[in-house]
Amino acid sequence: MHPAFSVIFLTTLIGAGQGLFLALYTVELYAALDLLPAPPQAFYTRGSLAALALLSLGLAASFFHLGHPERAWRAAARWRTSWLSREVIVLPALMATVAAYGLAHLLGLDWRLFGEALPLPGHVTLLVGGIGTALAFALYLCTGMIYACIRFLQEWHTPLTVINYTLLGVASGFTAATGLAALASPPHTAFLGRWAIILTLLGMATRVAALVRNARLKPKSTLQTAIGVRHSRIVQRSQGFMCGSFNTREFFHGASPAVYEGMRWAFLVLAFPLPALLLAVGLEGGGAVPLVAAFGVQYLGLLAERWFFFAQANHPQNLYYQTVG
Amino acid sequence: MTQLALVIDLNVCVGCHACVTSCKEWNTSGWAGPMADQNPYERDPTGTFFNRVQTFEVGAFPFTETVHFPKSCLHCEEPPCVPVCPTGASYKRAEDGIVLVDYDKCIGCKYCSWACPYGVRELDEHQKVMKKCTLCVDRIYDESLPEAERKPACVLACPTNARLFGDVHDPESEVSVAIRERGGYALMPEWGTKPANHYLPRRKTRIEVTEEELVRADNPLKKERKLPRPAFDEPSLDDVTSW
Repeated sequence: MHPAFSVIFLTTLIGAGQGLFLALYTVELYAALDLLPAPPQAFYTRGSLAALALLSLGLAASFFHLGHPERAWRAAARWRTSWLSREVIVLPALMATVAAYGLAHLLGLDWRLFGEALPLPGHVTLLVGGIGTALAFALYLCTGMIYACIRFLQEWHTPLTVINYTLLGVASGFTAATGLAALASPPHTAFLGRWAIILTLLGMATRVAALVRNARLKPKSTLQTAIGVRHSRIVQRSQGFMCGSFNTREFFHGASPAVYEGMRWAFLVLAFPLPALLLAVGLEGGGAVPLVAAFGVQYLGLLAERWFFFAQANHPQNLYYQTVG
Repeated sequence: MTQLALVIDLNVCVGCHACVTSCKEWNTSGWAGPMADQNPYERDPTGTFFNRVQTFEVGAFPFTETVHFPKSCLHCEEPPCVPVCPTGASYKRAEDGIVLVDYDKCIGCKYCSWACPYGVRELDEHQKVMKKCTLCVDRIYDESLPEAERKPACVLACPTNARLFGDVHDPESEVSVAIRERGGYALMPEWGTKPANHYLPRRKTRIEVTEEELVRADNPLKKERKLPRPAFDEPSLDDVTSW
C-alpha cells in the first residue's frame, strides 16, 4: 500500500494522545489509592492540554486524507458495519472527555458523586477519567480494526495489528507523560518512566512478532486465481494503459528497496531501544533533557513504523498491475 | 431476487478495448458527471476508467497463449467494499444487485478501494469521489431506448460478442445458461466475495483420434487368413469389394 502521510500522522498522533491521557489517569488512580503522592494540578491540566493537542492534530491530519473534508460528518453514519465510522464517533467523544477531564482538574471539582461510601479524593475526575479510559481503549480497537478487518490484506489481518496499535500508542503516551512529569511533577518521573520503558519493550516484542509473522506469509491470491487460468507460468504483458492510474498510485509504495529496508531498521532502532535507553539515562540522573528527547525520538520512530506498516501490506489487486507493456 | 451481471467469454475476447472506450464515452457524458482525465494530451496522461482490458501470456514459448482479460466491478453478492464505507455512499441495490456509489455522499476516504481485492474502484481525481462500474444503470432501465439497446455500453460495443449481460439468478437466462454449460467461473474465489460477474474459460476444439480408428487392427481377413498374410497397408478383400 502507498503510505499516506495524513494517515501516518493521524494514527501516531492520536495513539500518543490516548496513551498520554491513560498515563495521567494511571497516576491519578495510584494517587487516589495513596500508592503515589498527589501530583500538582498543573500536571493534569498541562497533560490534558497536551493530550487534547495531540488528538486534535491527529484529527486535523485525517482531513487531508479525504477528497471531500466538508462531508466528513457523514462518516458517522455506518457505525453498525464500519470500523472507520466507529473511529469517527469515538475520537471526538474521547476529545470531549479529555477536555472535560482537564477542565475538572483546572476547576478543582471535588463533588462527592459516590457519597461517603467511596473514601477517595476527586470523584468527578475519577469518573470522567474512567469514561475516558474506556473510550481511549475503544479508539485503539477501532483504529487497529480498520486495518485488521480487511481479510485479504494478510499482513494486517491479525490480532497483532490491534495489539500493536494499542501498545505502541500507550508506550509513546507514557514516554510523553514522563517528559511532562520531568517538567511539571518530578516525583512522578520515575514511576512513569519505568512504565514507559516496560511498555516500549513490550511493544517492541509484539511488533517484532508481527514482522516475523509477516515474513512467513504465503499469499492466498495468485495470478492463477486472479484471472482463473490454471497454469504455473502466467505473466502479464499489459495492464491496459501506459501511464499511471489510481490503482498504480494507491496500492504500491513506490520506494526503492534501500528506502524500504532503511525504514524497517529506522523504526526498529528509533521507536524502541533508543527511547528506552534515553528514558533509562534520564531516570538515572540524566535530567529532563533525555526524558523529553525520548518522546521526540520515539515519535520519529513511530512515523517510520507506520510508514513501514503500510508499505509492507501487499494488496491482491497488485497482481493485475504488474506490467505497463 | 435479481442479480444483474456480466459474463465475459475469454475464448472470444480479442483485446480490442472497444468496451473500454465505449464505457468511458457513455459514462463520461452521463448524469453522474464526467470521468475526468488529467494531462490527456501531455506526458503521463491518466484518468478514471470503469473498465480495463489487460493482457496475460500463459505458458512458455512456443507453447504460449495470449489471454485478453477485461476487468470491471464484479458486483459481488458479498461485496467487501460496502460494509466498510463509513457514510453509506457505497451500497448494493436490493432490487437488482448492482453495487453503486452515491457521489453526493462519498467523502473520498478510499477505504472501499482498499477493501476490494480486485482493484476495480478508482478515485476520480477531479471530482474526488470513488467511482466504479454502474452496469450502465442509467441506460439499462431507460425506456426511451429501444429494448435491444437497454444493455451496458460495453456489451453493445463488443465486436465478438464476448460480453453477455443478464440476471445470473434466473436459471434460464442467457448468462446463467452460459455459466452452467460453458464452465463459467468467478475470480479469486478464495475470499468468499461471490462475484456476480463470471468469466468463460478458453476452450480448445480437439478431435481425439486413436490408432485403432485409422487402421482396422482387428480385421479378421488379415488375422485369420493363411500365410503369407498381406501387410497391414496392403489392400485386402475387405477394402476392395462390398461383398
